[in-house]
Amino acid sequence: MKILVCIKQVPDMESRFKLNAKGTWYNDQDLAWRMNEYDEFAVEQAIQLREQLGEAEVVVLSVGPDRVKEAMKKALAMGADRGVHIQDEASYEKDPFQIASAIAAYAGDQSFDAIFTGMQSQDRGSAQVGVLLAGMLGLPAVTTIVSFEFDNGTATVRRELEGGLKAQVKLAFPALLTCQLGLNTPRYPTLPNIMKSKKKELVSIPVADLLKVEAVTVTDTIRFPEKKGGGLVLEGDIAEITEQLVSILKEKTTVLK
Amino acid sequence: MKALLIAESRQGELLPGSYETLAFANQLGAETAMFLVGSEDALPQFDGSLYWADAAEAGEYNPEEHVRLLLEVVAKENPQLIVLSHSSYGWDLAPRLALALQAGQISEVIGVKDDAMVVPACNSKLQRVVKTQGGVTVVTLQSGAFNLVGEPAGTPTVEKLSAQAAAKVEFIGYEEAEEGGVDLSKAEVIVSAGRGIGKPENLAMVDALAKALGGEYGASRPVVDSGWAEHTRQVGSTGQTVAPKLYVACGISGAIQHLTGMKKSEFIVAINTDRDAPIGEVADVLVVADLKQFLPALTARLEG
Repeated sequence: MKILVCIKQVPDMESRFKLNAKGTWYNDQDLAWRMNEYDEFAVEQAIQLREQLGEAEVVVLSVGPDRVKEAMKKALAMGADRGVHIQDEASYEKDPFQIASAIAAYAGDQSFDAIFTGMQSQDRGSAQVGVLLAGMLGLPAVTTIVSFEFDNGTATVRRELEGGLKAQVKLAFPALLTCQLGLNTPRYPTLPNIMKSKKKELVSIPVADLLKVEAVTVTDTIRFPEKKGGGLVLEGDIAEITEQLVSILKEKTTVLK
Repeated sequence: MKALLIAESRQGELLPGSYETLAFANQLGAETAMFLVGSEDALPQFDGSLYWADAAEAGEYNPEEHVRLLLEVVAKENPQLIVLSHSSYGWDLAPRLALALQAGQISEVIGVKDDAMVVPACNSKLQRVVKTQGGVTVVTLQSGAFNLVGEPAGTPTVEKLSAQAAAKVEFIGYEEAEEGGVDLSKAEVIVSAGRGIGKPENLAMVDALAKALGGEYGASRPVVDSGWAEHTRQVGSTGQTVAPKLYVACGISGAIQHLTGMKKSEFIVAINTDRDAPIGEVADVLVVADLKQFLPALTARLEG
């Protein structure tokens, strides 16, 4: 079985963001980068499936500038077998339709039996690329899975709905699944596996070789939200702000007797 | 402009997000038609055309059939805009429909700016203003971003669509959330732990503060996913929705999924080291401090 897992590198969400010169995306300098959190669950599920089957290969794919290879190396150290990097210095200017098109152009003749992606990225959060990719490849897709079992060519998964409700669905492979947080427990790369991963194949393909379509959506501007500014900020000496908070709670709430 | 609104049904009930699509269309001054795969007993109340397929025939979760039905409706109505909720149903269905129509999709819309849509980025620390390149636009709306003025009213003109159940993805059934455990909706005070607590041992500090305030402790999704707290304590769109007299968010960044579950609390205190964290937007008081210092100090002060 051939398994593809698509990942994205994103900034740490605790970062203090600045805007880029064009005002269309965040400035990508001085940020701490990591693998998109949802994708860690996708990588883990792909590796678990390979472990279950014995005979299988896990290919990790990412679109972006050279730095995204750091996130790919983590996936290789977790246990993916090889990497395919779609090299694009301006991936942030591509829309989900283009990103999915580029991946579909690569994956089209590779006959993947299973594709795992995160359900969305933490930075853009469109939740589109996985479903679009499945559509372009003519594969069935199920989004937002929180459990996965595979038996005899068929996966049984739970989709997470709202309010704690789940839906159990079943589908035959080949198929694409988008992974929600909590699907599994992503493993930490061990030192021996980090060492081994350095020898794994990681090829780069220029995006221009794969991407032949125009964007269907375009970002006009990016901006900071207007601060509603109602909240009071307490900062400084712990004893002092403790007193301040207690007086506020006494005044504004009825919970302190 | 004409908007096709995609309503949503679950276990035979019409979901309230359906009316948010109507509120959005009203704000744009768009003509509307609605589409629903649902139960005949729970049709949306509004004046206009409703294209309805019986969920007993089409299945509530059968995205390929829903897309097929929608393409029929789109061919008849020729909408410029197709509107869904950014929900487990909407984000699953919207890209399929957008691809079938070769349309652009804009996800999780929170506002409108001229001919463009405003969407959050980076956990709501940023906003993007996005538009499509013309043609049909598919949008999904952030839950709670658009609300109907007044109660839903009216009677739609129903056109029934005939549906087939055959599906590549077989729906087996729904599973309810686990029962038992603590009922957070009854607590007057909830002190919730987020990822910022760092390690499971620190949950004890959160619990201690909750007890000192006579309340219960809750948790954000990452804390529950990590197995540090049981699911019945999870606050947010996939857990419980609460509105206590006092909500204290400890080390919770304020992802929209969490805010949805607690923003109606009467008074909100957030404790966070990141003063830009989006939780600050809903908090009445934001305490910028290290939890490990502040929580024990506050607990001791309340007990003292």
